[in-house]
Amino acid sequence: MIQNLPWLFLLLPLLAAVIDWVVFRKCSKCAAALSILSVAATFALCVAYLCGLQTGTPGIYTWMPVAAAQLSLHMGLVLDPLAMRMMLVVTGIGLLVHIFSIGYMKGDPSNLSRYFAGLSIFMFSMTCIVLADNLAMTFIGWEMVGFSSYLLIGHWFDKASAADAAKKAFITNRVGDFGFLIGILLTLGVFGSLNFADMGAKAAGIAPAILTATVLFLFCGAVGKSAQFPLHVWLPDAMEGPTPVSALIHAATMVAAGVYMLVRLQVAMGEAAFTGTACNVIATVGAITAVLAALMAVQQDDIKRVLAYSTLSQLGYMVMAVGLLAGEAAMFHLYTHAWFKALLFLGAGAIIICCHHEQDIWKMGGLAKRMPLTVLCFLMGTCALIAVPGFSGFFSKEAILDAALEQNPVFFWVGAGVAALTTFYMARLCLVAFCGSARAHGAEHAKEACPTMLLPLLVLAVMAIISGYGFAADSLVPFEGFHAHGFALGLPFYAGMGALALGLLLAFALYGCGKRSKDPLSGNAVSDALRNRFYIDALYDKVIIGGLQEIVAHIIEFIDAAVIRGLLMQGSAWLTARIGLLLSYIQGGSLRAYAFVCGFGLLILIFLLAFNL
Amino acid sequence: MLIWLILIPVLAAACIGLLKAPGRATAAVSAVLTLVLGLTAILLPESCSDCLSTFAGAPIQFTLALPFSKIMVLLTVLVTFAAIIGMKAPDKAAERSWAVSALLLSTGALGAFMSDNIIAFYGFHELALIPTFVMIGCYGRGDRRTIAWTATLYLGLASMVLLAGLLILCTEMHAWTFSNMTAAVQAGLTPASPVLISGLLLLGFGTLVSLFPFHSWAAPAYASAPTPIAMLHAGVLKKFGLYGLFTLASVFGPQCGALFGGWNNLLLVLLLGNVLWVGYVTICQTRLDDMLGNSSVMHMGYIFLAFAALIACNGDNELAVKGASLLMLAHGLTIAMLFLLAGQIESQTKTLEMDSMGGLAQKLPTLGFLFGLAGLASVGLPLLANFAGEFSIFVSAFAGWVPTTDCICSSFGPVQICVVFALWGLVISAVYMLRAFRRIFEAEVGATSERATKLTACDLIAAWFLAFFIVLFGILPPTCL
Repeated sequence: MIQNLPWLFLLLPLLAAVIDWVVFRKCSKCAAALSILSVAATFALCVAYLCGLQTGTPGIYTWMPVAAAQLSLHMGLVLDPLAMRMMLVVTGIGLLVHIFSIGYMKGDPSNLSRYFAGLSIFMFSMTCIVLADNLAMTFIGWEMVGFSSYLLIGHWFDKASAADAAKKAFITNRVGDFGFLIGILLTLGVFGSLNFADMGAKAAGIAPAILTATVLFLFCGAVGKSAQFPLHVWLPDAMEGPTPVSALIHAATMVAAGVYMLVRLQVAMGEAAFTGTACNVIATVGAITAVLAALMAVQQDDIKRVLAYSTLSQLGYMVMAVGLLAGEAAMFHLYTHAWFKALLFLGAGAIIICCHHEQDIWKMGGLAKRMPLTVLCFLMGTCALIAVPGFSGFFSKEAILDAALEQNPVFFWVGAGVAALTTFYMARLCLVAFCGSARAHGAEHAKEACPTMLLPLLVLAVMAIISGYGFAADSLVPFEGFHAHGFALGLPFYAGMGALALGLLLAFALYGCGKRSKDPLSGNAVSDALRNRFYIDALYDKVIIGGLQEIVAHIIEFIDAAVIRGLLMQGSAWLTARIGLLLSYIQGGSLRAYAFVCGFGLLILIFLLAFNL
Repeated sequence: MLIWLILIPVLAAACIGLLKAPGRATAAVSAVLTLVLGLTAILLPESCSDCLSTFAGAPIQFTLALPFSKIMVLLTVLVTFAAIIGMKAPDKAAERSWAVSALLLSTGALGAFMSDNIIAFYGFHELALIPTFVMIGCYGRGDRRTIAWTATLYLGLASMVLLAGLLILCTEMHAWTFSNMTAAVQAGLTPASPVLISGLLLLGFGTLVSLFPFHSWAAPAYASAPTPIAMLHAGVLKKFGLYGLFTLASVFGPQCGALFGGWNNLLLVLLLGNVLWVGYVTICQTRLDDMLGNSSVMHMGYIFLAFAALIACNGDNELAVKGASLLMLAHGLTIAMLFLLAGQIESQTKTLEMDSMGGLAQKLPTLGFLFGLAGLASVGLPLLANFAGEFSIFVSAFAGWVPTTDCICSSFGPVQICVVFALWGLVISAVYMLRAFRRIFEAEVGATSERATKLTACDLIAAWFLAFFIVLFGILPPTCL
């Protein structure tokens, strides 16, 4: 009995979601209370496990039993340090986001029971990915997080843009899942099992080409879920959802699931299974995403969009680290990033609410004076993101740069360049939004956020500083055997500091102390390209979806209607009718005609007989 | 007691038709009785069977011992209940004929799924087709005469081809029941002309299940048919063909590869036609009913995929059988629920043109929720019924596959290649289903959605009933049936 305690990680949020949806549809307060209770309970359970609670091996639930054991599909839990520490991120940030949501969604006219049910179903799905002991269960969680993301991005579905963004997110993820599912099926054939525990033993002795293909198809899943180039397009649009959702799902946890899955596979299959080719592709995709997204972030005006592109860019960093076979560094960065990016998003949420739903940084200004505590928290997050020494992000970024320098200097310099860009766009955001004087009515009347919003911010601000340090990292860094990264005065450190200084200098030079009222960089072709995301979205919309897919679909529809239904089906009906008509002339009932045909036949017969033919 | 599953709906239909009993109430009583009786029979530990009489020297016996019988009977009684409770006929006379047709349809389906005698199995299906044609012809939407005639000709021809195949098979095997045929196979008897027989069977059964390129009758027929008929035909009766194929495959056991194997590669191509070709046709539809009709055709491809995987493994693929039976059940429930909800949408907004709708979820949030649930189930979302079936089928197609060469592509067999293409169907179905949901339920309230008022209690009962089972079978797939 007691060994099944970990199943509560899955059952509590699922039950909360169902009850919110069915019983508390009209009572949003009850729904909120129940959801918070369930996530608090899972958080407590998670802490208990991290503190050494042992309950034995949990039972498994076989939902598709077949005689051939390796094919029977089941759900089982893995409670190793990697999983439990990821759970700490999920439930910890989940709890804070739930609490923040009460303040953020207060007075919102939409159905809040639906909102909290969505959050709970997300907690369930994410837990399903984190604790999965086999790829089939990972896939169940994978699809379910996609669904909860669809639900929550489209929370305000009466807004067309939100509904479209939700649809885009789901379908783009499905494209990634197409590859992921092929990868899962290949894994089954190649490794003979979908269980992580069985993979390691089989990895040796498989041809490298086969391993490369398997790993890369599995990587497709991560490309979709972690929004890597070329499937990154859905993440910025996902900002249509409520800000706490962006913090939890589209910054801290779900989008990191791809990185988690890859690291889990690296642990399960062994690093040798990630062949050179596969690693190069993964690292390159990560690097491209990191650079492109950082460039796009430079010219965004919407505070949430800046953060969204920054998330993309940081995810690229993590994926690059996975490709460099530095799973520890990737998970370390995932871990610190989750805290400080959640902090930045929730801070942005508080700012947006306090500025009366204003998201444009050029319509803010002077917020440092009006809401100092919120801004201070936001600055803590910024410092962690731009890797100011002493903050958590500094250590994790150093770890990735270290690994890159060791493996491949090209990725090291890409990483350093992205770090400079990161510093620049974050400094731009802070200078424009917080310094100078208010540029719009909303910002003039902004005041400090309410306690339910401030409390999570303060907790996250503390985590943004300490989560990189030895005492937090030794016990909490989600990777077994990883030692808190003590930095050494080497090239990575100097490069990192150089990037920081360069970014800050450029930002101060261009934006001063918030005196400008419009972006000096805007108004040229480069800026337009950055603002329009290098026209990649437009390309997809116009050429691939609006063009290729529509044209193919309509051609097929036309052939289906014209050839199969028209020519073959109605044609054969027409032919049958004509033949019938033709034959009906032969039996018209006219005696003279019959006599004529009969006589004619007789003549031929006589003719044939007479000439002995 | 199985005989009562047949007799109750027939008696109820007779009462309505001949004695002018109230249509809906009588049918509802019959549906509840068959539901209770059906569930009891399925859940009883030992399978019961009833003997009716003999035909062609073989007993006409009803049994639940055949591998797919229980799950199909379960599907039939569930969908029949929902179809009759949620029925919305225009007037009293129409209500009576709708009720009679629905009852006869369900009788035919139950008879076919429970018959051990192969000729009775065929005959019950024919019986069930008649009300379908009549209902489309009399009460259909659009160009109902043409659509009814098209469906009649397609299904009539298919039935003739099928009958030929079955007759040759039965004569060559000297067995007229499934159980005798199993015994004959075990005794080492094999049909003399397997390619001819399996060709006729695949063509006949295939057309009945709208296998590409013989699918043109299906979508218009479903779009046109009155809601309960569309629910019962698309949800239940269409599975007859697949039921027949899988039952014969199980009868032939390890011999099924020898019987059907000759056509397997062609079948793989045709089923991709269902998934991809019809999938893209579905994307183009602008009316909800056309879209649903085509999507139902598309999803048949996955069940054929399970059949192909089973044949490729010479009948030794348990996962394919279980996946197929689950997906048949799940697809039946979801497509029935979608047609039910489409009927409700039409009665609320007086249209099914998706472009003229919008924002309906703001007026009727429950309808939006239910449609979303059914739509996502058909897209294959985990925790809803279809997922377990679809996922198992994909895995089953890779059962026994091991990379034999250094290159993935060259070590793939035809079934594996087919799966890779068929997986793209997951993207296609997400595209058309989410687009439909977006157009009908989201964004600003459209002109036609303004008319929406309120769902009736019967609407809600029927929909929630199906929704309940879709969720239940999603979390606890009934793999033991």
